[in-house]
Amino acid sequence: MINIAIAVLFLPLIGFVVTVFLGSKIKQIYFFENIIMFLSLAGAIILAFFKLSSFGDTTISSEFVWIDLGNTPLMGDIKITLGIMLDNIAVMMIVVVMLISFLVHIFSIEYMRGDPRYNRYFAYLGLFTFSMSGIVFTHNILMMYIFWELVGLSSYLLIGFWFEKKSASDAAKKAFIVNRIGDVGMFIGIMMLYNAYHTFTFDEIFYQISIGNLPFNSEFWLTVTGLLIFAGAIGKSAQVPLHVWLPDAMEGPTPVSALIHAATMVAAGVYLIVRIFGIFTADAMLIIALIGALSALIPATIALTQNDIKKVLAYSTISQLGYMIMALGVGAYTFAFFHLITHAFFKACLFLGSGSVIHGMHNEQDIQKMGGLRKKMPLTYYTFLIASLAISGIPLTSGFLSKDGILAGTFAFANLTGHWLFPIVGFFVAMLTAFYMFRVIILTFHGEPKNREKYEHAHESKFVMVMPLVLLAGLSFFFWYTPNPVNPNDGWVLSEWIKAPELYTPESTRYDFMIPDEEYISHIGTSSEMMYSEKYAEALHAAHYPAMILSLLMAGLGILTAFLFYQWKKISVDKLAERFKALYNWSLNKWHFDELYDATVVAGTVGFSRLLGAFDLKVIDGIVDGAASVTRGFSSFIGKFDNIVVDGLVNFMAYLSGFIGLIFRRFQTGKVQTYLIFVLISIVLLLFLFKSF
Amino acid sequence: MLNVGLTHFLVISVTLFSFGMYGVITRKNAVMVLMGVELILNSANINFIAFAKFGNYGLQGQIIALFVIVLAAAEAAIALAIVINIYKTITNINVDEIDSLRD
Repeated sequence: MINIAIAVLFLPLIGFVVTVFLGSKIKQIYFFENIIMFLSLAGAIILAFFKLSSFGDTTISSEFVWIDLGNTPLMGDIKITLGIMLDNIAVMMIVVVMLISFLVHIFSIEYMRGDPRYNRYFAYLGLFTFSMSGIVFTHNILMMYIFWELVGLSSYLLIGFWFEKKSASDAAKKAFIVNRIGDVGMFIGIMMLYNAYHTFTFDEIFYQISIGNLPFNSEFWLTVTGLLIFAGAIGKSAQVPLHVWLPDAMEGPTPVSALIHAATMVAAGVYLIVRIFGIFTADAMLIIALIGALSALIPATIALTQNDIKKVLAYSTISQLGYMIMALGVGAYTFAFFHLITHAFFKACLFLGSGSVIHGMHNEQDIQKMGGLRKKMPLTYYTFLIASLAISGIPLTSGFLSKDGILAGTFAFANLTGHWLFPIVGFFVAMLTAFYMFRVIILTFHGEPKNREKYEHAHESKFVMVMPLVLLAGLSFFFWYTPNPVNPNDGWVLSEWIKAPELYTPESTRYDFMIPDEEYISHIGTSSEMMYSEKYAEALHAAHYPAMILSLLMAGLGILTAFLFYQWKKISVDKLAERFKALYNWSLNKWHFDELYDATVVAGTVGFSRLLGAFDLKVIDGIVDGAASVTRGFSSFIGKFDNIVVDGLVNFMAYLSGFIGLIFRRFQTGKVQTYLIFVLISIVLLLFLFKSF
Repeated sequence: MLNVGLTHFLVISVTLFSFGMYGVITRKNAVMVLMGVELILNSANINFIAFAKFGNYGLQGQIIALFVIVLAAAEAAIALAIVINIYKTITNINVDEIDSLRD
């Protein structure tokens, strides 16, 4: 098992290294990368099959010591291990990652054809896949951080793939820097954990927390640590307020947007929270839920008015990720991860579909200039429609199951704690989602073509581009996940593969419903559907059908409105926009987040940098110059001292020696007899001196 | 009857040494200086023999005296060879003028 996991992890790295180094020499090397991806996918599926069928809930892990500094004076024992952990969540995630990565590779063969850096593109995809599987497989948070940054790097490289375009290189920089802000928080959180427990391994950290050993011995600091790590997820999963990079990241190639900025990388934040779910206190979870709710709501309202097809999908991605984060915050852990999987498939399908449209329309992205494409690109249309139905939460689709689960989770949470904000936001966003998705569909595929010339040249994409779409659309149906189209709890995914998580926080810091009650304890081992406590399970059960009906109503309302606005034109959109001009512009301008950040954070940073620059120029340089002139003065003093005193002394010594030499020179006559006389005189003198005999 | 003792021998030895020394110091001619050296060596010989006769040292003194005579012969041969070579080089054997090693 571990060997297969290691192979799955490192195959894409081999693909990356080979492709990046031989890319300029061998034209066909991208084919190698595709084969490597196929092998990885096969490995991932084998891995998942064996893990889920034979090993049940046991976690398989393997580790080795990476750095062993022994006993250090200040930090105690420093021993850093790296390792692989395979549990149900990890193997399901790796299948999602590998499958979408493989399909995106296939799609890109046609989509990117003719690009001058064709091979390099596939190399970057390989690097990304490697980094992502590192995140999925890791058994410790340090390794997760390392791969986290690697993923950030490959995202940077791929967003800025067409770096000749200024907007693309700017977007890449923006993504990298905004992510860094979250990562700083995450790093501080990791270091706080390390400081408290002297280990990075998830299991050991969980164990320490479960025996009541908290950072700085306080529940408050446990909350803070959790939230700091969550900051990393805010950055990576593009949550409000760090969501601004994701829409700009659409400057990258569309398949990249599908792989990285919709299905897998942005889900890494959610995956991180899933991994360490057990350490979040009630306070931390409330804030997480709040961030998630804001991230679901704000981008959904922005997506209503955007005209760039990829921008709409980008905001919709943020909104769906907000759903997942909110679900985690309200304790609907299983549904959050379920939604992560279903969303990955249908959102990848939507993005690849938009890629197909853009490709067919020769790089036209403005939905106002499209229309009528249904007849020209039927396969793209139907797959896009299925995925849109899934994201809107229409029955028989996977999105219906997972979204309904999340909404039921918020409902149950509100029932138990009184926070009614979350279900209200959830249902409202469900309506908005249905509306903006069908707005895109109607404007793109229905009606009359607005740009005749481009329409005439539009064509259905080739087989390698359509095949991934069909596969992904197929995965958006319910039957992959559960036999019952209305209740996901009967299916294998939710009843067997994703279990309610263990919690490690002290009971005093949890929500009431997360503390196991007596009935729950009596059920242990008998029931497979275990949800924190019997109270919560009942609330969830009670919320299931009301939430389903309500979400269906909301989605139907959204779709109906979209048809009224754009298909049948019963209500004039322009007049409505005119009437609520302020609101319309507010949404069109993306709530002025970019302007706000430009005015505050960016301007503040630039101003601060200027200040520091001036400080450098005036004070630091002044100090350095002052030091230099002091040194120079001192040196010239030393020089004089050298010249006069030291040289004087030396010269004097030389002069003295010369003088003495002059005297003694007289004795050196060169006549042997003179010397003899000296010898004689000396002997006589000595005899006188030692006249003891 | 004059009793000849150690002192008499030593006096003769000292006198001979003084003459030798005087010769070495005052003579200009290198051959004469060598002759002075011979006198000094012989004064030493007298000393050795006198002490051998009056002291209780066995035959050591006489033997050393014989060695000194052999040594003096060898020394004279080498020294005269040197003198001849000096003469060949600078046509002069006055010791006060042979000072070219001074500088």
